Amino acid sequence: MHHRPPGPPGPARRSLLRGMAGAGALLALPGLGGCGAGRRTDPDLVTMASNRANPAQREAVAESVGLFEAASGRTVEINTFDSTSFQESLNNYLQGTPDDVIAWFAGYRMRFFAERGLISDVTPVWERHFQGAFTDQVRSLCTADDGRQYMVPDSTAPWAVFYRRSLFEERGYEVPATREEFVELCERMRADGLEPLASGIREGWPAMGMFDHLNLRINGPEYHLELLNGDHSWDTPEVRSVFGAWAELLPHHQPDPLGRGINEAQTALVRREAGMMLCGLFITHVFPEGEDREDLDCFPFPEFDPEIGADAVEAPIDGFMVSGDPRNAEGSHELLGHLGSLEAQELYTAIDPQALPIHQDADTSGFTGLDARVSDMINAAGALTQYMDRDTRPDFASVVMIPALQRFLRQPDDLADLTASIQRQKVSIFGR
Amino acid sequence: MSNAPAPPREGRTLPRPPDRRPGRPRRPSLRNGRADRITLALMLGVPALLVVGLVWLPALATVALSFTRWDGIGGPETIEWIGAQNYVDAFTIYPPFEPALRNNLVWLVVLFAFPTVLGMLLAVLLDRRLRGGSLYQSAFYMPVVLSLALVGFIWQLVYSRDQGLLNAFLALAADAPPVDWFGDPDINLYAVLVAAGWRHTGYIMLLYLAGLKAVDPSLREAAAIDGAGPVRTFTRVVFPALLPINLVVVVVTVIDALRAFDIVWVINRGRNGLELISALVTSNVIGEASRVGFGSALAVVMLVISLVFIAVYVSTMLRGAYR
Repeated sequence: MHHRPPGPPGPARRSLLRGMAGAGALLALPGLGGCGAGRRTDPDLVTMASNRANPAQREAVAESVGLFEAASGRTVEINTFDSTSFQESLNNYLQGTPDDVIAWFAGYRMRFFAERGLISDVTPVWERHFQGAFTDQVRSLCTADDGRQYMVPDSTAPWAVFYRRSLFEERGYEVPATREEFVELCERMRADGLEPLASGIREGWPAMGMFDHLNLRINGPEYHLELLNGDHSWDTPEVRSVFGAWAELLPHHQPDPLGRGINEAQTALVRREAGMMLCGLFITHVFPEGEDREDLDCFPFPEFDPEIGADAVEAPIDGFMVSGDPRNAEGSHELLGHLGSLEAQELYTAIDPQALPIHQDADTSGFTGLDARVSDMINAAGALTQYMDRDTRPDFASVVMIPALQRFLRQPDDLADLTASIQRQKVSIFGR
Repeated sequence: MSNAPAPPREGRTLPRPPDRRPGRPRRPSLRNGRADRITLALMLGVPALLVVGLVWLPALATVALSFTRWDGIGGPETIEWIGAQNYVDAFTIYPPFEPALRNNLVWLVVLFAFPTVLGMLLAVLLDRRLRGGSLYQSAFYMPVVLSLALVGFIWQLVYSRDQGLLNAFLALAADAPPVDWFGDPDINLYAVLVAAGWRHTGYIMLLYLAGLKAVDPSLREAAAIDGAGPVRTFTRVVFPALLPINLVVVVVTVIDALRAFDIVWVINRGRNGLELISALVTSNVIGEASRVGFGSALAVVMLVISLVFIAVYVSTMLRGAYR
């Protein structure tokens, strides 16, 4: 589509069209979904859109849904989409003719669609299947402002500081619990010729993890969530102290993070060039199954302020929601009832290495050391957060925060101007 | 009775029918008969409808939306009119906007300065029927047909800071420290322009190659007979004969520079030194909770810039047509 043989009027017309990318993106409804009218009446068919697109996730979804099909006698049609394009087009997709059941994220990004009436209330499913199945915290992440549930959660991929156990044993490193120990360890690693903290944020969003964790440890989870909700100014000493602490850690990060993809940074950890990496459990995908993956271990991001502690865990929760006007409401609710069940979660998470079950009664005895450790972190968590781009307005996260965090990494000493600029844009987006 | 007066009348009107009869069947294409009018209406109307529906209406809608705050969900009643606020925001508090304008300009200048000239040079060389010419031709044109994802991947292999070909070569040849080709905002635009130019060169080469084939060989012969060398033949005879192609190349290059998008999007979504207006429009408009109003304002800025070039182009074309 890039170049066609030019005729004089052609380029002019194309440039006009290009100039209208704004309107064009509105009109160009993505080729997602869309089914014949006759199928609307088929009571045994449920359609499902899934953004869990890597091979392990596809297999896990198929297995879990297969179990449902066998038990219920219904047919489920799974449409799998690349997760990035799914996120970029979900707005339009939900306004078109979406599938009945849609995989998505809990928290702000689910509430947003609930408020707009694009997804439907699944409180009856919770009442029927999930009394006492999830913690109150998880339940509130699946609840919109009207107090009703709009999502059934099934798994989570929490964030932590990952490292190779064998490397730590070899060099005699200890897992740090406080800021002092953490910095000390980083300095030892540098003396040993390692990059202490792998860092690759060319894609932009991975930069949010460090801000989130520092803010959670320095200002606490309550302030963090309020800040992201737009309740506080960004041009404050609190926010600047977060960037200040980050600036002190920067020398311990891999240099030139802005040109490095997150996968390349993960590879540095696999190759023992880097000692640690703040990352989500999805890092398991880059560790080859077997010896390498078993060598992977993690610890919670260390404590910076004893009064605040280190028990807030960034644990993005994934789940399933039902579209606003599903073709097959009854079947969709049944499928959700299955997907949230203990059996389905255990089956799913056993196949997908990045996912942990979120069900309270999940059997942790079969867990690997890593999964058990992460699971303990979640169970002991004082607060669960979802990651910056899931805890705030998506436009603020991607249009304002990513460029701002990248600017900070280029010029870490210019904090006053940075926070003032974020605040100006925040007011323009949040309207307060 | 009725037959009686007929002969004399026939006699009088006899010269007329031959006049009319040959005229009638011969000229219907000039007079608007029914079929002609339908044909005309279809041939003008369908393209006109397409242009209005696919170009003018969306353009006007974009302009209208640029004065609103809207997230793209729900009907027109959810649109909030906020006047020129989006434009004010873009020019005052939106940090990527100014670099984007500058980068688009750099993009334009660099595309003209290097790939366009290089493409012309390649075309002239390939036009001399070298051995294996078609092989070179397809090799140079290859980047144009490669998919976006593949182009991103290829340049990732070259430019990666830790594992890239270029840094490995520099370290080997000059023992240089690794350069952050994609991440350093002072150089990444130029690194990406090499990639963009790589594509653009092949495209321009093909345009000139087609143009050169169309140049009448007798022109060159005449020049040769008059004693002009190959360089003089090209600059004084062939190049002026390529005027229509030159015009197309100028337009294509301007438009490519204005709509440059795919490579920076693949690399880092058009941020951190790679800001381009098209990438800003896209990152504002797509996704959940999209800023349709603000993104539209950016698109209008881009439209206005395009219009300047389009106006120049159209007026040149019209002047040519009347001459």
